[in-house]
Amino acid sequence: MQKFLFELNRDEDFQSRYAADRRGALIGFDLSDEEQRALTEPDIGLLFHLGVNGQILMHFAALHSIEWQDYLQQMRDGLDEHGPVREGVYAVTGYEGVQTHSDRLGQTSNIENGR
Amino acid sequence: MPLVFAGVCSHAPGIVGRADQADVSAKDRLYEAFDDMRRRLEASEPDALIVVAAEHFANFFMNNMPSFAMGMADYYEGPIENPEWLGIEKTTIPGDRSLSERLIQKVMERSDVSYAEEWKFDHGIMVPLHFLTPNYDLPIVPANINCQGPPLAPLHRAWAFGEALREAADSVPERIALIGTGGISHWPATPDSGKINEEWDRRFLDQWSHCDKEAMLSYSDNQSYLDAGQGAFEIRTFITISAATEGAEGTVHFYEPIPIFAVGCTIATVNL
Repeated sequence: MQKFLFELNRDEDFQSRYAADRRGALIGFDLSDEEQRALTEPDIGLLFHLGVNGQILMHFAALHSIEWQDYLQQMRDGLDEHGPVREGVYAVTGYEGVQTHSDRLGQTSNIENGR
Repeated sequence: MPLVFAGVCSHAPGIVGRADQADVSAKDRLYEAFDDMRRRLEASEPDALIVVAAEHFANFFMNNMPSFAMGMADYYEGPIENPEWLGIEKTTIPGDRSLSERLIQKVMERSDVSYAEEWKFDHGIMVPLHFLTPNYDLPIVPANINCQGPPLAPLHRAWAFGEALREAADSVPERIALIGTGGISHWPATPDSGKINEEWDRRFLDQWSHCDKEAMLSYSDNQSYLDAGQGAFEIRTFITISAATEGAEGTVHFYEPIPIFAVGCTIATVNL
């Protein structure tokens, strides 16, 4: 699953093939039905839960032009729906969130303007 | 000849890609610090810039992961990311194959390093270059330390890599500039993105600015992961710059946690 995303994230020709036929682009990769579904919808939350490295997932979300706050929320939703990350080095520590953190630092963030 | 410039800076993609979401004054202070770093770099009149980065699976994957790698090509491409998302257009960045080959050959005498004749830059290199060489007119020698996919080379090997880079730079006639890019404490690409341990960062930067080898090499990845997130594995890039400039003090020109950029933004140079 991560190998597929690694190849996709760095190859514009592969991205074009994926855009034209998402399921067809998976041919040749050893993927379960659940993984195929997560990659083709795409389901960011499920991919995070399944253990896709966050940096790989971040580039994949960017490829789909998923706005930053939506991307973070989709990961949170994935944990709520599916449970903790199955493997990998991504603990969730109970962060207060960017808005509250920025306020505490006296920074006026403009998150609502995010694209 | 001896290094003509050395420093470290942040590379978080949000610095450019989410600039419109940041506190305007905080963003402006950071951008001014990057401009100041660019002016210092330009004043050193470098022939080439080695960028010690911590890439994020743009070139290297767990099927064949080098702990240390250097680029050896006459040009590179980047960014791999969606240009609209990153805020940086795709472009071609000049390299210098001959220089890379001579540097790599020398580095190999002291440190195990892989070489790559193809290399696509991600935000780890593109964000610093966006500010430091905005016209992409300075040859770049990319170097990478695996800070993403454990097992990771221990910190003392990052130090040894820096020592080898310094010897390599000393051995060529070109004027070589050197920067390391990475985060200090941060939890990038997780639901906790934006979290920053400012106290941890300031302690590490104090150690870095005094080139305190013993203190910097005393960190363990397990403890750093708990205290400073998986992004803190990238202190390897800072440690490499310290090793390459051992004995020189550093100056932290800018440090400020900016949560929407997901890192304690840092600009620092070594007083060579």
